[in-house]
Formats: sequence, C-alpha cells, structure tokens
Amino acid sequence: MKLAVTAQGTSLSAGLDPRFGRCEHFVIIDVDTEEFEAFSNESVMASGGAGTESAQFLADKGAEAVVTGNVGPNAAMALEAAGIKVYRMSSGTVKDALEAFKSGTLEAISGPTVNSHHGMGGHGRGGR
Amino acid sequence: MIVSIASGKGGTGKTTVAVNLALALEGAMPIRFLDCDVEEPNAHLFLHPEIERSEKVSLPVPVVDESKCNGCGKCARVCAFHAILAFSSRTIVLPELCHGCGGCALLCPQGAITESPKVIGEVETGRAGDIRFAHGRTGIGSPLAPPVVKAVREALDKEGLGAGLTIIDAPPGTSCPVVASIKGSDYCVLVTEPTPFGLNDLGLAVGLVRELGIPCGVVINRAGLGDEAVSAYCSREGIPVLLEIPYDRKYAECYAKGGRLVDDFPELRGALKGLWRKISASGESGAEGEDGRREMGEI
Repeated sequence: MKLAVTAQGTSLSAGLDPRFGRCEHFVIIDVDTEEFEAFSNESVMASGGAGTESAQFLADKGAEAVVTGNVGPNAAMALEAAGIKVYRMSSGTVKDALEAFKSGTLEAISGPTVNSHHGMGGHGRGGR
Repeated sequence: MIVSIASGKGGTGKTTVAVNLALALEGAMPIRFLDCDVEEPNAHLFLHPEIERSEKVSLPVPVVDESKCNGCGKCARVCAFHAILAFSSRTIVLPELCHGCGGCALLCPQGAITESPKVIGEVETGRAGDIRFAHGRTGIGSPLAPPVVKAVREALDKEGLGAGLTIIDAPPGTSCPVVASIKGSDYCVLVTEPTPFGLNDLGLAVGLVRELGIPCGVVINRAGLGDEAVSAYCSREGIPVLLEIPYDRKYAECYAKGGRLVDDFPELRGALKGLWRKISASGESGAEGEDGRREMGEI
C-alpha cells in the first residue's frame, strides 16, 4: 500500500511538515518496498482550497493513508470521501513516520484538528 | 456618475465621508447610495433607511447525480477553487468553496451535474429621505462577498437614475470584494489618515485603482493626528488631496452617536459640497487630466 507523509523535504530523512494542505512536499512511500517518490505541493500558495486540492492529489496518486500534523475541516471531509486514512504525528522525520505507521502506534483521526486557513502562516484570509 | 469611496486601511472614515457626501448633496440631485461593505454594512446606522424590499442572493452550486457519474474527474480538474473533488469511489462537492462559475456542470460528459441555488446573503433596498438606498449582507457561514456586492451594485439598476449620482461605500482592503465594489466607477475617493498605517495602505489602494484605470483623489481624515507623510506621498504621486477633515473629538462624538456630521457642523457640509465640486470637475476635465487633477489643489 501507499503511504503519504507531509514533509519539509524530499527524502526519508526530511522532517515532517505539520500542515496538511500547505505542507511543502508530499513523500509517497510504498510501505512494503520502502520505495518512495517526493512531490512538491502545488497548493502551498493557494488562496483557498489547499486542503481539498491536496486530498485530490493524494487520491490521484493512489495513497491510502497519510501521516500529517493537522487537517482542516474541508481537507478532513475530502480525505474521508477519498477513503484516505489520516494519522497524526507532530514531529520526527519521514522515516520515523513510516516506522511508526508500520508499528501501528499512530493515532488515527477522523475529523478536523484545526480550523480553516490554519496553515496560512498567520495571514489568514485577505481582505480586511 | 458613479463615485466610489474606498480606502486601504479600515476605520479611516469611508462611511463617514460617503454618508455625509450623500447628505450634503441630497435634494440637489438624484442620489443613490450603495453600501457594498457586505461583510460589515454600517451606512444604515447613519442614514436610517426605510427598507422596502429584501431579496436573497444565491449562487448556483453543483449537485452530482451519482448514478450518472462515471468518475472521469473533468469537473475536479476544471474547478479553480477545488470545490468539487472526484475520487474513485465518489465525487463530492464542498459548497462553501464553490464560486458558482458553472464550469463543472458545463463540462460533465455524463450530464451528471445540475446546479442548485445556495443562499449566500441578502440585499435590501429602500429610501432614506430623498436618497435611494441599497445594502447587502453576507449570510452567516458564507464567506463569499463578491456576488453579494454585485447584487448590491445591480439592486437599483431597474429604477434608472438619469443624471444623478451613485455613491458606493466600499469595503476596506484591496481584495476581491473591493474590486467588485469599485470596478466601473467614474471616480474613486480614497479616505486615509495621516499615519504610517494609513500611508502604507493608501499606497496599496492607489495601486489598485490605477490598475483598474479609475481616477482617484484622497481625503485625509483626522488631519493633524500624525505626520505629513501622506501629503508628501500625494504630492509626489500627483494625486489631489480633495479634503482634509481635522482630527477633532467633537466629530468622533457625533459619529459615535450615529449622528450626521453635516447637520451638526455646517463647516463640514460646505467642505463635502466642495469635495463634490472637485470630483465633478475632475470628470469634466477628463480622466487623463493629470494636470487638471493637480490644479484642484487642497481645500
């Protein structure tokens, strides 16, 4: 099966990125062979819909689970509809996330952990 | 003529200027007042319009017939806002992200997508004395302002206005709701205050109106409060300072009580009439009249 990890870099030694929709990279790993592929996240600078776009991206890549820090409400709904399981981990590397996933110690979550636009670096919505 | 009142920074006095400009000119010409700050309308607190009509504003959002959907994903790929997602198991819609463009329904090769109206706000129209009035309000949980702004802009179109003046009270900032509010204006008054914040956001607003090709002038509210940097900026950029409203506690007290500055302070009635003369003169000298705009000088 394929596991996605939100990451700050493109390798197994990269640190986890706690944001889902606005993470820097997705590292998608074949859990059985440990072969992986890294993708830069096109949604980082999106004004809205970053979480749903990211969920669509992972679904298109065939990921069945994702390890990340926080997901917003739209992303949580989209991931659930896509049948992608969400596991929460706050720190460590992509490799740590893979090991923790394999050992079954990660907390599975089934709803949003933060509000909309949480990952926008304090800028929030434009306009006012 | 359409005159929009905008600002970069919030709380500089847009509504004060817009409302009192309307009141100063009431009776002299047909006036309609459009409060386009649909996320936080407040002109009604000063104009006290009698509301005659209220209409819902809705947006067409997609509904997917799963029995027809084959999961091709064309809808998801065309959606700029990722409001419709196609997964192997099902296609889902996130209505609060949808901007109602209709692209998904148009492209669906299966004819599986229909559109259903989703209420996102309301528009009220009425009359405040001789002033025709309209304002809008986004619904709770509906963050999408531009379609509501558009509905306010169109609310009084049926009535026609002839040679009258339309005054638009725009939201603060420089984002989509502001663009929707001021686009197509003949003139834009930018209200600012003489502070570093005021100057910074004035610069952003000037960039916006220039991009939209709208002639502009500046009203400095709370003049005397801060420094001379706003005046220096305007003179450097060739933007006329149309009016300076002094920083005075008595004006703030009147505003705080929901009062009308032009009724309580005759000097402001005169000043706002002067503001209108400068705006209309600018229109006559042509939008390109950079020199004409400078000639208008300060009050």
